[in-house]
Amino acid sequence: MAKEKKITRKEDAILEAKRKAELMSMMSETTHKVGDVKHELLLSIKDLKLHFETVRGPVQAVDGVNFDLVTNKAVVVVGESGCGKSSLAKAILRLLPRNVAHYSGEVWLRDIETMGLSEEEYREDIRWVKISMVPQAAMNSLNPVLRVGDQVAEPMLVHYGMPKEEAMEQAAIMFRNVGVPVDFLTRYPFELSGGMRQRVAIAMALVTGPDLVILDEPTSALDVLTQANIFNLLKRIKANLETSFILITHDISTSSELADIVAVMYAGKIIEVSESHRFFSEPRHPYARALMASVPRLREREEPHFIEGKPPSLINPPTGCRFKDRCPNRFEKCEEEPPTVVFGDDWVACWLYEGQGE
Amino acid sequence: MKKFKDTFQDIVRYPSAVVGLLIVLALIVFSIYTMITIPYKEAIHLWKGTEAVVYKNPRNARPTWVNWFRKDKLPVSVDVYAGEDEDFTKEVTPRKKGGNQIEFNYEFDYNYNQLPQDIFIYFKSNYVDKNPFVVINMTTPAGEEIKIYDGGISRATNVRFGQEEKLLTRLVRLHGRDTETQDQLRSVIEGLFTKMGSYPPVVDKGTYTINVKATTFEEGSDVEAELVMHGTVFGLFGTDHMRRDLKVAIMWGAPIALAFGLTAALGTALISMFIAALGTWFGGWLDELIQRITEVNMVIPYLSILIMVGTFYSRSIWVLLLVTILLNIFSGAIKSRRAIFLQVRESTYIEAAKAYGASDYRIIIRYMIPRVIPMIIPGLVSAVPAYVFLEASLAILGLGDPTVPTWGKIINDARTNGALYQGMFYWILEPAVFLMITGLGFAMLGFALDRIFNPRLRGM
Amino acid sequence: MTEQYEEKEFEQKPEEIIGEFNNSEISEDELDDGFVLDIRGLKVYFELRKRGFQHAGFVRAVDGVDLKLQRGETIAIVGESGCGKTSLMKTILRLNTPTGGEIEFDGEIINDLKADALKNVRRKIGYVQQDPYGALAPFMNVRTILEEPLIINGVKNKQERFERVVKVLEEVRMTPVEDFLEKFPHQLSGGQQQRIVIARAMILDPILLVADEPVSMLDASVRVEILKLLRALQEEHHLAVIYITHDLATVRYFSEYIYVMYAGQVIEKAQESDLINKTAHPYTHALLAATSDPDPKNVDEFQDVPPGEPPSLVTPPKGCRFHPRCPHMISDLCEVQRPPEFELGDDHLVACWLFRERPIHREFTAEE
Repeated sequence: MAKEKKITRKEDAILEAKRKAELMSMMSETTHKVGDVKHELLLSIKDLKLHFETVRGPVQAVDGVNFDLVTNKAVVVVGESGCGKSSLAKAILRLLPRNVAHYSGEVWLRDIETMGLSEEEYREDIRWVKISMVPQAAMNSLNPVLRVGDQVAEPMLVHYGMPKEEAMEQAAIMFRNVGVPVDFLTRYPFELSGGMRQRVAIAMALVTGPDLVILDEPTSALDVLTQANIFNLLKRIKANLETSFILITHDISTSSELADIVAVMYAGKIIEVSESHRFFSEPRHPYARALMASVPRLREREEPHFIEGKPPSLINPPTGCRFKDRCPNRFEKCEEEPPTVVFGDDWVACWLYEGQGE
Repeated sequence: MKKFKDTFQDIVRYPSAVVGLLIVLALIVFSIYTMITIPYKEAIHLWKGTEAVVYKNPRNARPTWVNWFRKDKLPVSVDVYAGEDEDFTKEVTPRKKGGNQIEFNYEFDYNYNQLPQDIFIYFKSNYVDKNPFVVINMTTPAGEEIKIYDGGISRATNVRFGQEEKLLTRLVRLHGRDTETQDQLRSVIEGLFTKMGSYPPVVDKGTYTINVKATTFEEGSDVEAELVMHGTVFGLFGTDHMRRDLKVAIMWGAPIALAFGLTAALGTALISMFIAALGTWFGGWLDELIQRITEVNMVIPYLSILIMVGTFYSRSIWVLLLVTILLNIFSGAIKSRRAIFLQVRESTYIEAAKAYGASDYRIIIRYMIPRVIPMIIPGLVSAVPAYVFLEASLAILGLGDPTVPTWGKIINDARTNGALYQGMFYWILEPAVFLMITGLGFAMLGFALDRIFNPRLRGM
Repeated sequence: MTEQYEEKEFEQKPEEIIGEFNNSEISEDELDDGFVLDIRGLKVYFELRKRGFQHAGFVRAVDGVDLKLQRGETIAIVGESGCGKTSLMKTILRLNTPTGGEIEFDGEIINDLKADALKNVRRKIGYVQQDPYGALAPFMNVRTILEEPLIINGVKNKQERFERVVKVLEEVRMTPVEDFLEKFPHQLSGGQQQRIVIARAMILDPILLVADEPVSMLDASVRVEILKLLRALQEEHHLAVIYITHDLATVRYFSEYIYVMYAGQVIEKAQESDLINKTAHPYTHALLAATSDPDPKNVDEFQDVPPGEPPSLVTPPKGCRFHPRCPHMISDLCEVQRPPEFELGDDHLVACWLFRERPIHREFTAEE
């Protein structure tokens, strides 16, 4: 009984993947949605914690993260290096290293609580089936001794048990969708430029038609024009498929290209979640404001100001608000853990907003 | 210095490394101890095996500790000085006519089932003209008093019981075996220590007394006696066919093995590192040349070359060491160092160094080589046992220096004298065990160092 | 590129065909020796060899570049990877040898210098690299790293070296100095590492600073700090600075004059405000359009990106190298002949046939 259920689930998944791929090839150069796209709750993260054991003590990389994501939207998690954002990606996808000290919380994918699944179930049903990832420096994480076509086809072989020719066909469709010439299927990674390799990595993440793709610094090593191309691609995908994105980056400027929602991460915690139009014109949290002010801009004359000091260590984070040592608006209340003040779908964790919001 | 401390802390985390380190340290301490207690010249002298050195040692004797494992104990060798050791008494009585009557008495218990090898009494006397006269008697537990010897002695005489023809004749008569059905008495010792008339011969257990009466004829003339009984076990390590105490070679094997192993390993590692660095930095024909030499050299079997050198040129251990190093410089090590240097050469900091004017040599020595040192240290440590075994192999093949006591030499002697056929397992086992322990210690330490210095292997 | 080529640097042989000099119409007063750097018609070609010895073409990394720099001036060289800016920079540092053209540094032609003469020149140029961690030897502490250039350049007195190290650390605001002297690179943050790299570049009192993507590997929030530091150093020491980057947004705060490179050639050069407000070349347009500011409107719009990728430098397109991707390509012109540099006034030059009405500043003889 269970096996039959598995097979039908797999067949459904295959059909889903194929449908999405076809949808992708039909997608137009618009940000407007094809048809009427509903926004349902896709991902809900509650109090996610991931701590690592190191020689110097436990690193509290992800320390109680909460946010929600609906379908067809992209949330950008923005933060400096060392704030825990890469660990957040690993925590969501359960790609844990060996030295985990603490791992708890709830990750709801629609109506399935994924943390409760066993590793076997997770691997079969969730990872690279419903959620996939384009890791940091993906261009370098392609296997150098396998052809790129094979690598893109691999998730289909592994998760769906597709026959090889079918999987390669699917890979070819994906190549076209991401803008890589189909005759590159038989090439090796070193024969491709950085931008091409990144597209291949994206194809690999999309080939199984997942609902959610996590991108960790997808364009940090790429040139400006290539970056723009990749973002155009991601915009198209977001608009036309029922795929949501979590984009993790330190680059606030490029994040504005894809973000529908911006979540700011600092020292292991998310301190602000705002709708993007609001965020980029008027961020709430003092850290977010400082970040926006520290970025050099092409089209404005204002001089950027850098933020003094360094982010706190994740091994022994300070009590109370973790930004207090660098905050220009600090006052006595900041010694205590700040409240979460909600403004509709947005929220901010800062004493300055106490009493406002709902 | 800080690096050493960090490394040490890292080492402690791996139990195998701690064991390895302890073994290596123990070997080093053992070697130092050896070199202090038995200086090199003395060791060579002892190993020559001249009579003066080995007279107290029985031939092919097992180590004394085998008796712990036996219910039927083997006879232990004995060496006593008259007047100094309790059981061997000396009484001097002056004679009226001048000189002294000296009586020696040695009483001992003999409860073994095996016979001893032989008994010797070494006499030393001083006189001007008239040499002393001695009479030696031995009393068995059965009460039989047997005359061993009588005769004059000179300034240094030794009386070997086993070689006294007249004594043999006497004993044959005493035992009175029926030679039709029973074997003739085989040796003096058998005659002295077995029950009369018993066949098959049974050891007469009990207290024996050896009595020596020496007469000196001059004033001030004295006789000293040393009694040596060769049992079948001796010492901590036993003896070999030349009656040499194996202790000398076992102990001295350690510093020699370490010296050979470390020098070869260190020499090869350092020189090959420099050559690899030069080749990769300057590139071009130099690099090509080095690579081709290496490739050819890797194919040549170096044991064969060493054998040729040893056979046709010189068996000195230093020559062999030198040839070993030369042959091992252009080996696979160069290739692996080169791989790393090629990588390091492209580093940004080296480019920066060029930009602020560093010379080629400075870059090689100050910027490239320090990157490689952590990599070569584990290899170096792990290579030591290989060289130790090489030296031993050469010795076993008969190529080593015959005057130098090494573990390999012992095994060689043992083999040529048919040790295993004769049940003298200890002769091979002892050096083999030491070789194995050395190899094990360095290998474990090297493996752990490898894990420390090469973080990619750390998970294992 | 499915075949594997072995790159080999081409040794300069001025008499040979490849070393042909371009005629430049440089006026007398531009040969003034107030210039720290005066580069004329620079070519850097790398020879490709198939199977070790068979000649298989050249990588034309830098193909006819003019560049001038005065003391106290910062210029930026902007372009994507593969445009030749890195090769240009390395040739200025004489880490490569030029194939053609002339590099005049502080009144001296440095194309052929070797050994001691070269060392003297190198002393006057500070090099700040892109990867702060890779640029520092991991087994040396800060003090040793900073002392190395001094030792190599003959500062024998230990006390003097120490004082200079302390002074330069203070200049890059790594204080208290004692805290940092004994530290190793891996114990420092990215920003701190880069400061050490800058300190090392400054310790020999150079007159020219070459900064190759100095902040691209640092966090966005740290970039500004480092750029401001560089600017402060430049003002204090009246340095000439070459700032190489692909990030146009940072260029504004840091340079007066910008060179835009594409496929080994300079296609536009202008004062900073002119480049941004009176952009001429279609490629420059594309670069600017693709550079994002954190603007709420971005998510609703697609960016206009020229299709395709930068060309191979072995077989670049004929004529204007950008023509296959250019939305304004003029047939029979752009694909045939390399455009000359046209003057747009105020030191604004552009190499694009769209401006063929304007006066010609400099032509390139055809030998592509």
